[in-house]
Amino acid sequence: MLLIPCPFCAMDRPEAEFRHAGEAHLTRPPDPAAADDAAWADFLYHRANPRGVIAERWRHVHGCGRFINVLRDTVSDRILASYRPGEKRP
Amino acid sequence: MFEIAEAPPATRLMLRGAPEVAARAGAAFGVVPPLEPCRANQAGERAALWLGPDEWLLLAPSDADATKLAAALEGLVHSLVDVSDGTEALLLHGAGAALALSAGCPLDLHPDAFPPGMATRTVLGRIGITLWRRGAADWWVEVARSQAAYARAFLAEAGRGW
Repeated sequence: MLLIPCPFCAMDRPEAEFRHAGEAHLTRPPDPAAADDAAWADFLYHRANPRGVIAERWRHVHGCGRFINVLRDTVSDRILASYRPGEKRP
Repeated sequence: MFEIAEAPPATRLMLRGAPEVAARAGAAFGVVPPLEPCRANQAGERAALWLGPDEWLLLAPSDADATKLAAALEGLVHSLVDVSDGTEALLLHGAGAALALSAGCPLDLHPDAFPPGMATRTVLGRIGITLWRRGAADWWVEVARSQAAYARAFLAEAGRGW
């Protein structure tokens, strides 16, 4: 089981308390009405799915209830860092 | 070995707001909601449990009156909801309680990692609970009313030994 450091609880917490919530740092088109289909498709469906480090959102649903951002290596499944939403990716 | 008892009915209030809400609520409620993560403050029969950075569970005797607290928070952006009937509490007492909880809770419940005075939401088997360690061998387990039978049976089975 992964141990995920929760920046709000300030401790390592077991993966079973979290829900995965997809890739982090996706920006909704600033003017939704003006965005064309390609822009919407990018926002809604197209994901980087890298082999290596990815920034993901996780929600500590059975804990503080907050969404957090986590850097995870998809090859080793190692958690590299976690940080609060709105903070810069380390 | 440990005993499972049902806690007496209590008033449960879910308080959400900024730190100044916690400070003002503390003055009116009698217990200051902790700002430190995963902590619980207790004074007499009242307690305030940290659940999230802007979220606290306030516990008080069942005849407690929340109107004074609501009045004290007037003018501040906050949410104060009575959730008394949503959950009930199991009281675990005994040295084996931590071991039985560990059968379904993935947290480290050793006193060094989960000292008395610590409280947090977590999981027990297939359900979510709020776990509060009141003493070295005393636990307060908040569990949704509809899932209390599951929690009780789970803990009894886990504590049965073999």
